[in-house]
Amino acid sequence: MAVIIDKNTKIIIQGFTGKMGTFHADEMIKYGSNVVGGVTPGKGGTKHLNLPVFNTVKEAVDSTNATASILFVPPAFAADSAMEAADAGIRTCVAIVDGIPSHDMIKIKRYMRRYSKSEKMSLVGPNCAGIISPGKSMLGIMPGHIYKEGRVGIISRSGTLGYEAAQQLKDLNIGISTSVGIGGDPINGSSFKDIIGKFEEDDETDAILMIGEIGGPQEVAAGEFAKQNMKKPVIAYIAGLTAPKGRVMGHAGAIVSAYGESAVEKVEILKEFGVTISKNPSVMGETVKNVLSKK
Amino acid sequence: MDIHEYQAKKLLAEFGVVIPRGGIAYSPENAENKAREIGGSKWVVKAQIHSGARGKAGGIILCNSPLEVAQATDKLLGKKLVTNQTGPQGKIVNRIYVEEATDIKKEFYLGLVFDRSSESIMVVASTEGGMSVEEISKEKPESIIRSKIEVAVGMQKFQAREIAFGLGVAPELINRTADTIIGCYRAFSELDATMVEINPLAVSGQGQILALDCKMSFDNNALFRRNQISELRDKTQENPSEVYASDRGLNYVSLDGNIGNIINGAGLAMASMDMIKLAGGEPANFLDVGGGATPEKIVKAFKLISMDEKVKVILVNIFAGINRCDWVAEGIVQALDKIEINVPLVIRLAGTNVDKGNKILRESKIKYIEANSLEDAANKAVKILK
Repeated sequence: MAVIIDKNTKIIIQGFTGKMGTFHADEMIKYGSNVVGGVTPGKGGTKHLNLPVFNTVKEAVDSTNATASILFVPPAFAADSAMEAADAGIRTCVAIVDGIPSHDMIKIKRYMRRYSKSEKMSLVGPNCAGIISPGKSMLGIMPGHIYKEGRVGIISRSGTLGYEAAQQLKDLNIGISTSVGIGGDPINGSSFKDIIGKFEEDDETDAILMIGEIGGPQEVAAGEFAKQNMKKPVIAYIAGLTAPKGRVMGHAGAIVSAYGESAVEKVEILKEFGVTISKNPSVMGETVKNVLSKK
Repeated sequence: MDIHEYQAKKLLAEFGVVIPRGGIAYSPENAENKAREIGGSKWVVKAQIHSGARGKAGGIILCNSPLEVAQATDKLLGKKLVTNQTGPQGKIVNRIYVEEATDIKKEFYLGLVFDRSSESIMVVASTEGGMSVEEISKEKPESIIRSKIEVAVGMQKFQAREIAFGLGVAPELINRTADTIIGCYRAFSELDATMVEINPLAVSGQGQILALDCKMSFDNNALFRRNQISELRDKTQENPSEVYASDRGLNYVSLDGNIGNIINGAGLAMASMDMIKLAGGEPANFLDVGGGATPEKIVKAFKLISMDEKVKVILVNIFAGINRCDWVAEGIVQALDKIEINVPLVIRLAGTNVDKGNKILRESKIKYIEANSLEDAANKAVKILK
């Protein structure tokens, strides 16, 4: 099996009838994802894309047994929607939306502490491309056809840089078990560390490519976790070598404000943890290939 | 978003933080009158720019008479102040804050930030007020007190008291200091701030706890619900190209090099800059047109880059996903029909329908150099300059 989602995962779309929700739900269905319905408060009881629309996530879960959801609601309402999903028993929620206030993200994460570990939803994103298990299911907005089915796990903060990696791997005839976009915000639902552990336990993943960038402590935390707990090789590329200190580089979380947050420092620390570094973004695929050939 | 010192002081005062008497002035006469209104015998004239370290740059002047206040204001207004945070171009002084001078007995540092590791709000305090927090962590790390706040219940009085005692505040001032710290926490949390800093927080000769200099930054993503804050934006303190870009929904950061670039997605944009650097060049900017790379955004991006005189070559790197390369290529052709570009252009397309996209570009009348990978694009752009 792949990590997090597979072809049986039942998916609902939150913000189903909006423009973005409609477009990407359709793309996901075409890819083969098991989309079973959606939620738009006030439109319950109607049909959209030949699927049922519900007023609340609870109703949707009760009648479809969905375990995953994807959010296409505006940033101002995203926190509310994520908490609604957590409360309705959704297991995996992907928040695509860019622009959720940081204070709201902290609120969501505090809210989720009310659930025991086994009941707790895992939130992926916000400001991310979502999750794809090639050939099985897509819970995101990526171009599905550039992902070849295979045995490398990808975790990326950036969307397009994740696509770049998938394409490079495909060109080398290397496939992907699952690719997870964790998003570019300073506070996100799942960290590199949260996801990398799932890949370690997955029988169908041989190596993990971690695509990080400047800002925050996450890449280093994942590197330390890998050194202590993992047998599978980890390859990393860190973007933002030329980024000036103290400036936000597009992603709200891409800002160097403390020691260990610049690309150079992250690369040095990751090397010490035994992570193989892709020396530039053009050789992410080749670096993975070299590591796989040594196994 | 950053705001001025006087604005931050006014906001914090609403949360119970005590500030010296002061007023904002836009002319020397105005400043002189403010000094008389405030009263006393000593005043501080403070240049209002979005930067710390103003004192060292000559932006803070102590005055002994209203006439001196007028003279100091005259000297500062309209001037560009260069501090270690503004870059060599400096920032223009359009507003002056006149404040009564404080008889300082002790100075502390107090700051509140998001702590990304614990995903909570962190209060940082030190007995070494007046120094920057970077200097303190380098030179006096043992003086730093940190306290993580549980946002679900907010900052508790005992946490604020612990900090106050840790700073060695006199027993009779503990409650007032704690109230100041809690006031800052409430301002941080109720106004969607990302940073609140009082440096120095002073104990005056009269036994008051006073915020002498304040800084606040806010979460741009939360401005939609903070009208009171968005009204405080002062665009004269921002880079004009960056203002132009942000008004048009582009993520742009101006840099010092000469290779302009137009990329979709923040990560890919940083990666392309890295490739330029590794190839021996210097990027002139960071520019993310958004993952989607719509034709409208591409037109706006070309306009923005064409305004930058430093740019000697432009590198376009688009990884088209859902919106295919052929569509992106048509966007580029349309953009270059409207905007004249007088520097060489390197274009790399990748992703969905890349062959169709490249065909459209080749068959158009655009003069450009085609690249087929990130590395190829960076090498070709750098080679043109050599």
